[in-house]
Amino acid sequence: MTTKTAFIYDWVDERLGLSELAVFARKKTVPVHAQSFWYYWGGISLFLFLVQCFTGVLLLVYYRPGAESFESVRQITYVMHFGWLIRSAHSWSANLMMFSILVHMFSVYFMKAYRKPRELGWLSGMGLLGIASVFGFSGYLLPMDELSYFATKVGLEIPAAIPIIGPSIASMLRGGPDVSEFTVQRFFALHVVVLPALFLPLLAFHLWLVQKHGNAAPPSEEAKPLRERKTMPFMPNFLRKDLAMWLISLNILALLASVFPWQLGKQFDSLAPAPMGIHPEWYFMSPFEMLKLLGMVKWLQGEPGEIAGILLFTIGIALWVMIPFYDTSRDSGKRGRAAHYFGLVAVFALLATTAIGYWTIR
Amino acid sequence: MSSHIVLEEPKMNTAEDSEKATRRAFLVAAGAAGLCYTAALAYPIYRYLASPEEMASSATAVKEVSLRDAQKLPAGSVLMFKFGTSPAMLIHHADGTWASLSAVCTHLGCTVQYEPHLDRIHCACHGGVYNAYTGANVSGPPPKPLKKFNVAVGENSVEVSRS
Repeated sequence: MTTKTAFIYDWVDERLGLSELAVFARKKTVPVHAQSFWYYWGGISLFLFLVQCFTGVLLLVYYRPGAESFESVRQITYVMHFGWLIRSAHSWSANLMMFSILVHMFSVYFMKAYRKPRELGWLSGMGLLGIASVFGFSGYLLPMDELSYFATKVGLEIPAAIPIIGPSIASMLRGGPDVSEFTVQRFFALHVVVLPALFLPLLAFHLWLVQKHGNAAPPSEEAKPLRERKTMPFMPNFLRKDLAMWLISLNILALLASVFPWQLGKQFDSLAPAPMGIHPEWYFMSPFEMLKLLGMVKWLQGEPGEIAGILLFTIGIALWVMIPFYDTSRDSGKRGRAAHYFGLVAVFALLATTAIGYWTIR
Repeated sequence: MSSHIVLEEPKMNTAEDSEKATRRAFLVAAGAAGLCYTAALAYPIYRYLASPEEMASSATAVKEVSLRDAQKLPAGSVLMFKFGTSPAMLIHHADGTWASLSAVCTHLGCTVQYEPHLDRIHCACHGGVYNAYTGANVSGPPPKPLKKFNVAVGENSVEVSRS
């Protein structure tokens, strides 16, 4: 370093403590083992979230919520140069982000990375997944085409089925008795103001925890004596691989967004019948199908079936969220195995109901 | 023996040189590829954000505007209209003459106003005054006269065109 850059560095360092960060970054390592591949998925999710922020702001430049929402999305898609590409990238990236978050969650689950001291990492991650789902649900309505209209209509039937308070929750979300421009206006506020305001601090907390505790090694690695375990430095080795993964993700996204541009349907019409073959997005297919299947059980038919479905689903999610407090540590023994089987059942149920859902689209 | 050494030395050098050369070539190629990649990402974003600007520039190319029924404009009054993308005035003077001028103040771009009682054009922003017949800057800060257009009064409309 020349004296001038050294002077600037010292000035900033004295005020921000850069050298402490540098020492921390040098010391940080990442475990190396057969399952190391799964460590990239949190980073990929983060990258896709950044893409969402960026493309989201670009869409915000021309999007107009309320009564003009369909017209403005039509303008973005067909009039503005490359507007179709920006919108397509936003939609594709949303789907890829949901996918990578799910992969990240299941890899954390099966590596048992939620165990002490990482319980809060798991809980904040579940919170982020929950908010991401609401992001998906609210964003889906914004173009106000036929599909978004019916998806929101059907989706809001789920909170509406909650006994007693359900209907008022649903109409509060809807802003009236039916999906209208009031709904799109409040979903817009939710999508671009409320949800980011909740998501960003939680994300910062989640990332801070990862720095604090480091990457968890799976139980098979933890069983090995310390000297047999391999690690690699985070700076620059893992970071370089992380960035390579980001680049791969960006290329896949660019390919999907440009080769399979996201479609815009007809403008919604509250008098038109639902289009044939309408179905939820893939990440909502499983809960949708589970609720439908439970509603078909004979002694539960009708409203009790819906309520039973929601109840069962809520219990399942609650158990899933609380897993760090059941399977607490390396010495969990039987509980550890039970948690593992619970995970397998969850994956199977998710895949099976999704498959049935797509199979039975009429 | 020494001839062997002499023979080997240049060989080593070329190998080293070519290695250096390939490394340089690689770095240049990687840099160029990175630049192309960034440009490929930035270009659609630039065009997307510049869309309204491009649409407006096709509107500025307008050479002539036809104002329907404007021939009925009473004497001593003004009609504001859009010439391309910017506001303009069609003035029917009390003496029966017509004038059409740009309504964008040459000082800082405010929209100016025709004042029939004083028969002048006034800008409220900084007090600029223009001649309502010629567009000449009379007083105040405006540095230049207002742009004047040609007027042709027809039976059903008034045609305004760039001079």
